[in-house]
Amino acid sequence: MINLLWLIPVLPLTGFLVLALFGGRFTRQQVAWIGCGSVGMAAFTTALVGGGFFQSFPDRKFYHQTLWNWIDTSGITVGISWYLDALSLLMVAVITGIGFLIHLYSAEYMSGDDGYSRFFAYMNLFVAAMLTLVLAENLLLLYLGWEGVGLCSYLLIGFWYREPEYGTAAQKAFIVTRIGDTAFAIGLFILFTQLKSLSIQQVQSLATEAWPVGSNLAAIVTVLFLIGAVGKSAQLPLQVWLPDAMAGPTPVSALIHAATMVTAGVYLIARTHHLFALAPLVQEVIAVIGLTTLLLAACSALVQHDIKRVLAYSTMSQIGYMFLALGVGAWSAALFHFLTHSCFKALLFLAAGSVIHSLHHEQDIFRMGGLRRHLPWTFWTFLIGAAAMSGVPLITSGFYSKDWILWSVWSSPLSHRWIWFGALLGTLLTGLYSFRLIFRVFFGEVRTQPTGEPGLAMRIPLVVLAFFALTIGFLELPHALGNVTLFSHYLSHALPTMELLPGMDEWSEAREQLTVTVSALLGIGLAAFLFLPGSNFAARWTDQSTDRPSVTLLQGGWGFDRLYDRVFVRPWFLLTRNPGEIIDRGYQWLAVGAESCHGWMSHTQTGHVRWYAATIVVGTLMLLGLFAM
Amino acid sequence: MLSTPSLVLAIMLFGLGVVGLLSRRNILYMLLSLEIMLNAASLAFIAAGARWGQVDGEIMFLFILTLAAAEVSVALGIVLQLSYRFRTLDADAFSEMRG
Repeated sequence: MINLLWLIPVLPLTGFLVLALFGGRFTRQQVAWIGCGSVGMAAFTTALVGGGFFQSFPDRKFYHQTLWNWIDTSGITVGISWYLDALSLLMVAVITGIGFLIHLYSAEYMSGDDGYSRFFAYMNLFVAAMLTLVLAENLLLLYLGWEGVGLCSYLLIGFWYREPEYGTAAQKAFIVTRIGDTAFAIGLFILFTQLKSLSIQQVQSLATEAWPVGSNLAAIVTVLFLIGAVGKSAQLPLQVWLPDAMAGPTPVSALIHAATMVTAGVYLIARTHHLFALAPLVQEVIAVIGLTTLLLAACSALVQHDIKRVLAYSTMSQIGYMFLALGVGAWSAALFHFLTHSCFKALLFLAAGSVIHSLHHEQDIFRMGGLRRHLPWTFWTFLIGAAAMSGVPLITSGFYSKDWILWSVWSSPLSHRWIWFGALLGTLLTGLYSFRLIFRVFFGEVRTQPTGEPGLAMRIPLVVLAFFALTIGFLELPHALGNVTLFSHYLSHALPTMELLPGMDEWSEAREQLTVTVSALLGIGLAAFLFLPGSNFAARWTDQSTDRPSVTLLQGGWGFDRLYDRVFVRPWFLLTRNPGEIIDRGYQWLAVGAESCHGWMSHTQTGHVRWYAATIVVGTLMLLGLFAM
Repeated sequence: MLSTPSLVLAIMLFGLGVVGLLSRRNILYMLLSLEIMLNAASLAFIAAGARWGQVDGEIMFLFILTLAAAEVSVALGIVLQLSYRFRTLDADAFSEMRG
């Protein structure tokens, strides 16, 4: 069954083509069937392919399928070819599985919208592009998928294009990620000129032979790749686009800006980990970027008013954890957090969508409250998502994945103690902002009257994702709690396992884990203390809307927008305005000159045929004279 | 040179044709002048062919003959239409296409 691999990206692409070409002719129900069906079929095919892959798994570590040659000239051969190993199978399973649930959810969530078939066409195209990205055998095909998901992100952020603000948000996302993509492309060019190959596996083995550890070329290439990954994954300093990207419909935020596309950077770094292993300094930079982003974003998430912006900042923060894990060499831990994060963050976004849906598109959490009784399904699933995100011990998946990351940071030879303390502070902040949301939205008095629970198509994805948000963490349990290593064993065939510092035994692991657990619970307790309506502090802290400069700073995401506006945008407009006028004047003269010449020449067009004959004769004579001379 | 007189004749014929084309206003006479110019060119080809002992000049003459026949049939059709619409054969009257 494994040779059905090519079908996985082709199915959503077909769905896109059908909906884009004939979308107007179908009824809404047919559109939903096509849109969900194509992704559902892809998920089913993934299950078949995965079954085929596991039949011969430990012996055959990867499966390679070439469809045809895309580019074949002297010196470069690029194929449309897929590469399936443990890492890409994990990504494909998440993309198609969660993608299908989110499509199902959208079938009801978007049902009142005019652009129903356009929405599903874009979503299918996104899934196809994302699958191309993770299945690509060579870097050029990967780049095609990379740009494809960027395009779909742009199209879907600006889905409600009649609002000029949303269009601006879409452009911002597109331009900011383009900075990263350009760096990534330059990295590809350097890699190709140096190694004459673009195949990911070949490039890595060639690079390992040709470049010593710590060589300049490896550092340059990995830094350029890192800038690409940082742009796509909304990490510092290219993180400014993600909060604004919440302008898109909520299922889009769940699929693209939480579960899949924003983790493409994590995938890229994990996929090219041999290159990053050659540049230890760059790896350290990754860890520092991850740590900084996770702390800054967590602080910003604490003071946001918009429910989706809270989740956007929390996404940045959680991806910060993944980058941190990548930076200390804990590849499998990063991917494990990716897996759990895509479950619980998709769940949180979908539950938030359900809240927004039932409150007539109200997104301000200060106008929500008391929804616990009115929306019990949404409440419980949201609670599970928030618990998983803040790492409530033993029962949630987020606990196990975050715990693994922190343990890796503690015990990795590539890490430092202060990084661990930063990450520990992050767990506290995570608990704080997650449960601030819960207490604000679901407790207290009702401020906006909800219309009632969503229908079945929205409830099923919530329940399924809640189930996974609780249980998927049991794939990997620490030593103190059963020592299950299914996940790390599975990924060890694609990614190297991390070495531990000497002197790290089960006792130090258990002690470390206890600290992390206490910190997360402390965060939740603090949230209850500060934000639970009825507590003494609640009254004082509710009033976050006051214009205290510190709050404004945090709400604006630490003022990065203003900084970039001052440093890049305004000088650029200044540059284009003043000399622009001078240059324009030159072009205007050119236009005026051409126009007057044309007016003058048109006098020769008298309409008299004899005049024309005479000019031909004169011209011929002049030419003859020229030759005679 | 054997071919000189015929070339001189061809040049004279061509000059007459040009002068006729430019000075006549009646469009039928202009067409006649064009025919004279074409024949002058044919004569030059035949003279050159005879001079070099090559058959190419005569082949070109046949081509020019065909061309002239085709040109005349099209041109006469246009003249017919012009005289029908403008009720005159004066070439200067047809100046609708003034730029």
